[in-house]
Amino acid sequence: MKHTFQQIFRSTNFVIGFVILMAILLTVIIYPLLIPDAPLEIIGQGTFFPPGIYVSVYDSINSNTYTLKLDDAAAKRIASKLDDEDRLAMQEWLVASGIPEDEIDIEDTAKLLDQWETNFDSTKKISGMTNAQRNYYIRLNKSLQGLLSIEGAIIAEKNAETGTLEEKDVILQSDYVNVNRVANVRVLPLGTDNFGRDVLTELVKATTVSLQIGFVAGTIATLIGLILGLLSGYIGGFVDDAIMFITNLFTVIPSIVLLILISFSIGQEHRGAFTIAVVIGFTSWVWTARAVRSQVISLRNRDHVNLSKLSGHSIAHIILADILPYIASYVVMAFILQISSGILAEAGLSILGLGPRTTEVPTLGLMMQWAMIYQAQILGKWWAYFPVIITIALITFSMNLMNTGLDQVFNPALRD
Amino acid sequence: MKGYQKYFTNKLLWFLVTLVSAFILNFILPRLMPGDPVAAIVARVAQGMNNATGVQAIYEQYTELFGTNKPIIEQFFIYIRNVARGDFGFSFSQYPRTVADVIKSSIWWTVALQFPAIIVGWLIGNTLGALAAYLKGGFDKVLMPISIFVSNLPAFGMAVILLVIFAVNLGWFPTSGGYGYDLIPNLSWNFIKSVIYHYQLPFWSIVLITIGGQAIGMRSMSIYELNADYVKYSRFMGIKDRKIVRYVFRNAMLPQITGLALAIGTMVGGALVAEIIFSYPGLGSTILTAVLGGDYPLISATALIITIMVLSANFLIEILYGFLDPRIKAAQAD
Repeated sequence: MKHTFQQIFRSTNFVIGFVILMAILLTVIIYPLLIPDAPLEIIGQGTFFPPGIYVSVYDSINSNTYTLKLDDAAAKRIASKLDDEDRLAMQEWLVASGIPEDEIDIEDTAKLLDQWETNFDSTKKISGMTNAQRNYYIRLNKSLQGLLSIEGAIIAEKNAETGTLEEKDVILQSDYVNVNRVANVRVLPLGTDNFGRDVLTELVKATTVSLQIGFVAGTIATLIGLILGLLSGYIGGFVDDAIMFITNLFTVIPSIVLLILISFSIGQEHRGAFTIAVVIGFTSWVWTARAVRSQVISLRNRDHVNLSKLSGHSIAHIILADILPYIASYVVMAFILQISSGILAEAGLSILGLGPRTTEVPTLGLMMQWAMIYQAQILGKWWAYFPVIITIALITFSMNLMNTGLDQVFNPALRD
Repeated sequence: MKGYQKYFTNKLLWFLVTLVSAFILNFILPRLMPGDPVAAIVARVAQGMNNATGVQAIYEQYTELFGTNKPIIEQFFIYIRNVARGDFGFSFSQYPRTVADVIKSSIWWTVALQFPAIIVGWLIGNTLGALAAYLKGGFDKVLMPISIFVSNLPAFGMAVILLVIFAVNLGWFPTSGGYGYDLIPNLSWNFIKSVIYHYQLPFWSIVLITIGGQAIGMRSMSIYELNADYVKYSRFMGIKDRKIVRYVFRNAMLPQITGLALAIGTMVGGALVAEIIFSYPGLGSTILTAVLGGDYPLISATALIITIMVLSANFLIEILYGFLDPRIKAAQAD
């Protein structure tokens, strides 16, 4: 046994897969301990807030300010306000007013503004320019001047008696707050989803649930497959025929069809994560049964099995002591694959709208489904779906790598 | 040809048996669940539709169609008769269209998308896998990790990634649909061009997924064959490498064909989900609308159609296999 483990852990494929899987497992175990937020709590009012650090504006106004003199602050401020369209428009105007195009660099904000300030003249008439365009430039110029002003923003307070606004504070452009001193800061490394839920926290919980679904489905499928395979391979005869008939039947009838029919028949109310896992398990045992059967058939007439029979051991004893140990490695490999295909099956079902109908827990498939329904992929909200795909791919990838590694250890023909 | 008769009869019989079983499953599964299916359907009709005459029509139609007051065996024959006539009743969510009508308009999209894609992916994947086994070295080292990773992406994941890169960011292809939204399906050049244009991304996403899985399988089959005794013997005999390679790949190919026959159901399932990502007007999207609309007759019929498609594909592959595998011919000669 010890030797086998040593061999397994010498296989690079297995080790890489194992490390990735363990990293995922550790994350889903440790993350909720560090950040105990409810995974499905709706914190954002609105859909798809981009990833970032969210600092309370109200609290930052009220916290201590520090004055920092940073040279590029103004340029940065303006750069963030000026979008590409405005820059192109400015370039167009400058070119039209006679500045050579190669002297203008729309990426260089400071230089562009400088050129703009020295050259722009709202009264200047440029041939071919419509009135609407001229007005646009005048507006643009005004907003630029607003950006360029060095005055601070005024905080006013309503006087409770008179109802008038009274100046309370002035925030200068060089005022800064320390994020650590602001009372309310929320880090959303993956933004929020369409409901306004923290994607990262939700993703961790969803991964946990999906792994559980995969585990339950894999266990059920492996157990059914193992038992049917053992019975059919060892007992043979009519039992074998009957089991093989059913197995062959379910091999060709696509499991997605069974999944769709069963999930739909269960009805929305009863479709919990666990139910879905059980359904997936009951529809995916076929491969294990086939493979176990063929292995058992090749073992059935080995000498040690015959010896056991002659010694008068019971069928149960023979199966447990003389056959199972020989197919254990295969069963473990099949189990790993079943888990990963269970996770994939849940995701596929959920996208079809037949996933677990639950408001208490997220699953990877449900996250994907909502992202697709809200068209996150077309709106460019990558944080709503991409982490989910990567997580699914990493889980299945790691499990397949482990499987390949085990295969190389136990199947000499595949060794390099 | 005569030698094949037994094999083909066998396969045909098996095809019919699975077909009947699929009918039975399709019939029984909803009835195994607690509660009366017709009552459930009527309850869903009330939610899903606001057309009073439609509800009435469906109610009458289903009392007759299911014949729930009759014994279950008789119900089954009524069901078979209706299916044979192509009569699946009205669709709840798209009333007054019939289920047969909805399926007729979507099935060809799925057939034309999935089967060419799976076959192309299978061919490319096997070629790459065989090359990786034969060339080894750098080619193998690059191809294998990529194949393993790609084959582990779910089909919908690949679909989303292609969609985001090529449709949303680069804008080379449309983001959704099977043809331009401003067109009406007809046989004009304009329409065909639009269909081909919309076809690319769904097609390649399925091809890429298929390539990954097939390349891995073919590689290990080929490695296995390359180490077989007959290869060593042929080398001792001084037979040219080129010739040996041909034998090896022909032998490695056979399990891959069986593999394709067995895996085609899973592939179709994955591709159905990929269709949804592209809002492709095929059966996958039909299932989604049916599920969202609680449209039981449509789901049941779509499931049946998909089963029939997969079973037929399976049957065709096995017939082809019969011609390709000399052992089958030899077995018949005994």
